[in-house]
Formats: sequence, structure tokens, C-alpha cells
Amino acid sequence: MKGIKVVIAVMVSGMMLGAALPHNAGYKVGDDAMDFELKNVNGKMVSMSDFPSAKGFIVIFDCNTCPYSKAYNSRIIALSRKYMPLNFPLIAINANDPSISTGDSFEEMVKVAAEKGYDFPYLVDATQEVAKTYGATNTPHVFVLQKAAGHLKVAYVGTIDDNARKPSGVTRRYVEDAVDALLAGRPVPVTQTKALGCGIKWKGV
Amino acid sequence: MIRTVFVLLVLAYPGVCQAQRAEVVKLEKLQNLMRAGESIQVFNFWATWCAPCVKEMPLLEKMNRERKDVQVTLVSMDIDLDPDPEKVQKFIARKKIQSRVLILDEQNPNAWISKIDKAWSGALPATMIINGANGKRKFIERELHEGELEKLIEEVK
Repeated sequence: MKGIKVVIAVMVSGMMLGAALPHNAGYKVGDDAMDFELKNVNGKMVSMSDFPSAKGFIVIFDCNTCPYSKAYNSRIIALSRKYMPLNFPLIAINANDPSISTGDSFEEMVKVAAEKGYDFPYLVDATQEVAKTYGATNTPHVFVLQKAAGHLKVAYVGTIDDNARKPSGVTRRYVEDAVDALLAGRPVPVTQTKALGCGIKWKGV
Repeated sequence: MIRTVFVLLVLAYPGVCQAQRAEVVKLEKLQNLMRAGESIQVFNFWATWCAPCVKEMPLLEKMNRERKDVQVTLVSMDIDLDPDPEKVQKFIARKKIQSRVLILDEQNPNAWISKIDKAWSGALPATMIINGANGKRKFIERELHEGELEKLIEEVK
């Protein structure tokens, strides 16, 4: 009886903790991810269902303004160029509220995409619903999804690699390792990582 | 003579208006400080490039100034992107920061973010309130607003 009480107490406190920490919500590795329909910098709407032959997706919550996003910019472009031909496209999504972060307005996104020569979709998540559903917390925050039997399974969540400061100092390429493993039909070696980054600028927080 | 002594005393006194130098620390030192003491401690994780961190800093400075029962520590995460701590030193001098400032000198955040708090994603700003007397902790991963710190401190009492 006492044991049951303890179990209930632990469950209740766990639920309360969950409620108090909204950033803990969102996708875990193994979950099915939802598709989205968001406006691209070229004005067209983009969904993952627009890529019927894709084996999976590298979805990155990113922005224009964060120094971490800037540090990873060329690495994100390189990821897209490497994996697009292998039917594993990259999609970047900006969820920052432009009323808090003016440099992340749609117009500024169009500018950055043109300046950097983005050859992948750079979408605006104006309602922030996609970022909330996925559980994105900071930029850049990567979700590698594997397409299997019509589902999009979350295979990796976290950072791009282990050295934000300089690409030459990188020893672990988490996203590349994950996608390479999925393409080869092997298990993903590291499925979850954390990194410092700019918190997503949520509306009304 | 008295005037000279007075001037010397003023010059030697580490006065409230004088800028401090932040200490560069490893994770172990930070963890020891987080465990230390019987009082209530506030650890704020920030960086000079982080706009919401800079915006909320006056609330932490006010807490540090007005509450003698609360120790405020501002932990800079700048080194992850920029190995030179001088930018942080200049920032705290320019802003005349009075709270204790530490600069965390660690790489590969994936290895240590969860050691600071399991709930932390790594997003900045983030703030931890620890009551050393009863072990209660609160962790907030977003910008603080007016009056919120006081409430969080009550919650760990």
C-alpha cells in the first residue's frame, strides 16, 4: 500500500514537473513526426509530402540572427548539398517571433537566403506550432527524420556536431553520422545531443 | 595629511562603482559553487551576444543589490563560440556589473549541459535558483520578467 502511494506520488510529481517545463515536450527519438505546410522564402508553400522520393529529412530549426546559426551557416549549406542528391533533403524552419527579433522577419529571411545562396527550403513558422510540436528549443536545432511505411520517424535530435566555434575542431559529426547510418540501414550511433544556442523567441513569453 | 590618507583609502577601497574582473572557471569549480553554502543562490546562464540575457540582467543586478540573503552569480557561456574572454570582461566593466561573474571555460557542451541541469536544453538565457539549506531547486529556461525571481525564491524556501 505504501509502495503504491509512493508510485502515485512520483507519478504526480512527474506530471507536475512536465507541466512546469514546456521545453521538455516535443518529439523523442522513435516518435512519429508530423508533416507541415509552411511558406518558403520564394513565397510557395512547402510540405515534406512534396518530396515523394525522399528517404528522410534533415529538419533544422534555425534563424538569421543567432551567432550559433551564423557559425553553422556554411555547414548547413554543405549538409544540404551532400544529402539532397542522396534523396535526404534538408529543410530549414525559422520560428522566431519577428516582433521580438526583428532580424528574423520574412523579408530578412528572403534576404539571407539570397545572400547565402540557400538551395534548400527556408520556411517561416509564423504560428510557432511546428516548433512547439517538434519541441525545438534553440537555434540551430536538428531533427533527422526517417521515412518508413508512410511514417516520418524521429531518428536523431540535437546539434550538428561537437564544435560550434570552428569546423576544423569538429571530432563528432552527429547529423552526418545519423543520416549515413540511416542510408546504410544501420542503427544511428548517437540519437540525442545537446548544445548551447539562442532560445527560440516565443510569442508572449 | 588627512586628505592624502583619505584619497589613498578611497583609491584602495574596492568600491561598489569599480568594475570587477570575471573569473574564468572549469565546470568542476562551477559545480562546487552550486553545491556550496546554506544560502539561496541564483545562477544565471548568459552570453554577451544573447539579447534577452542582456535585457533581463538588470533584474538580477537588482536582486543582488537589494537582497543580502541571496547570492547572484552570472555565468557567461561566451567561450563556447569565442575563446577570448576579454569581450566578457569589457562588457561587465561597461555595464558596471556588481554581481559575481564567472566565465565557463569548457568545450563540447553536449558533455556537460545535463550536468548543470537535466532539464536544460542548452538554450540561453537560463536561470537556476538553489536553496543550499533544503536542497530545493528551480530551473527556468527563458527570459525572466519583473517580479519573477522573487517568486521563484519564495518557491525554494
